[in-house]
Amino acid sequence: MAELDDRTVENVEEQKAAARDATSWAKTVSRLSVSEVPEGALNLNVTGKRLAGPVQGFGKMWQKTYQSHLSRESVSAVDLVATWKQRFPDFWPEGNRFYGPLTGIAPGEVALLNMTLPGRMKLSTGVMVLYADEESFTLMTPQGHMFAGWITFSATERDDETIAQVQVLMRASDPIFEMGLMLGGHRQEDQFWVHTLRNVAAQYEAARDADVDVQVVCVDKRRQWSRWTNVWHSSAIWSTVYMLGAPVRGLRGLIRR
Amino acid sequence: MTETTAVCDVRRQGPAGVVDIRGNVTAGSEEVLMKAYDSAGDATAIVLNFSDLSYMNSGGIGLLVTLLVRANRHSQQLMAYGLSDHYRQIFELTRLDEAVGIHDSEQAALRAAGAV
Repeated sequence: MAELDDRTVENVEEQKAAARDATSWAKTVSRLSVSEVPEGALNLNVTGKRLAGPVQGFGKMWQKTYQSHLSRESVSAVDLVATWKQRFPDFWPEGNRFYGPLTGIAPGEVALLNMTLPGRMKLSTGVMVLYADEESFTLMTPQGHMFAGWITFSATERDDETIAQVQVLMRASDPIFEMGLMLGGHRQEDQFWVHTLRNVAAQYEAARDADVDVQVVCVDKRRQWSRWTNVWHSSAIWSTVYMLGAPVRGLRGLIRR
Repeated sequence: MTETTAVCDVRRQGPAGVVDIRGNVTAGSEEVLMKAYDSAGDATAIVLNFSDLSYMNSGGIGLLVTLLVRANRHSQQLMAYGLSDHYRQIFELTRLDEAVGIHDSEQAALRAAGAV
């Protein structure tokens, strides 16, 4: 009888896991498409691109973990992740725009990003929501993004704390971005996620300028030189070309009038 | 997110180490999975058996990437079998299938590893 009960519990758990799975992962896509481009957003380096994970990147592989510790009384892990998904763009540092779906973060959704890089360089790229459940969600990058990989946003409860976490698993996409990361890009990225976590924490504990723990691990010191051709997709290059073409486009517009 | 519910057993099949994975693979499974990998020792191929996998989230996929890096560093092939259609699609979606050999059966994986 006890054995039967154990099996029943096991079956229920398996069914729960299967149901969670079906709704949490994005469906397979060969190329990205953007259903609707929000006003002000630039869809330059997303449509038609394939997703690119750490396996497809060029540079050294890094795992970066950023954590902010909040009081469990102020927010539960599930509530924190729900808010983070719903209001994701609100927590981004100034100067960067995340054009996500109005419904919030959901598996398979594609968001457009307009970023500011060192030297005030504007860059247009995007991400796809790879995975989302109650405790976490993961964004995956397309070809041409600064890095190839994914970023997981999560929250866990430990003792009397709720820990908000951002974890990035990445390789620079191409040699140019690898150089950019070495020349201050890593520092800027660290600041970006520290800032984001502070914004999330401020949502619940406004009086406190939250400390953010940063842990950086080089998972693979080797560069994947065979991937140097990724540079063809570089969002930096194509964004620059687009910006340089602005006067010509403006002139054409005037002539057409 | 940090729950550790995966159980890994390691079997040696000639030059290949087969890791039988049961339960949920999440970021919290790191210690279990890496211990299993270490137990495989000097195997020339690591074959992951996912036949009894209940659930894997994006943290689990991230762990497989880390495992892949370790295997590559030791010139070991990384292979998988027993994946459901759903998880085969996840491997395709994350493009992990470009680096991890996916096979229909243990026999096929071992044959590809030159272990039979």
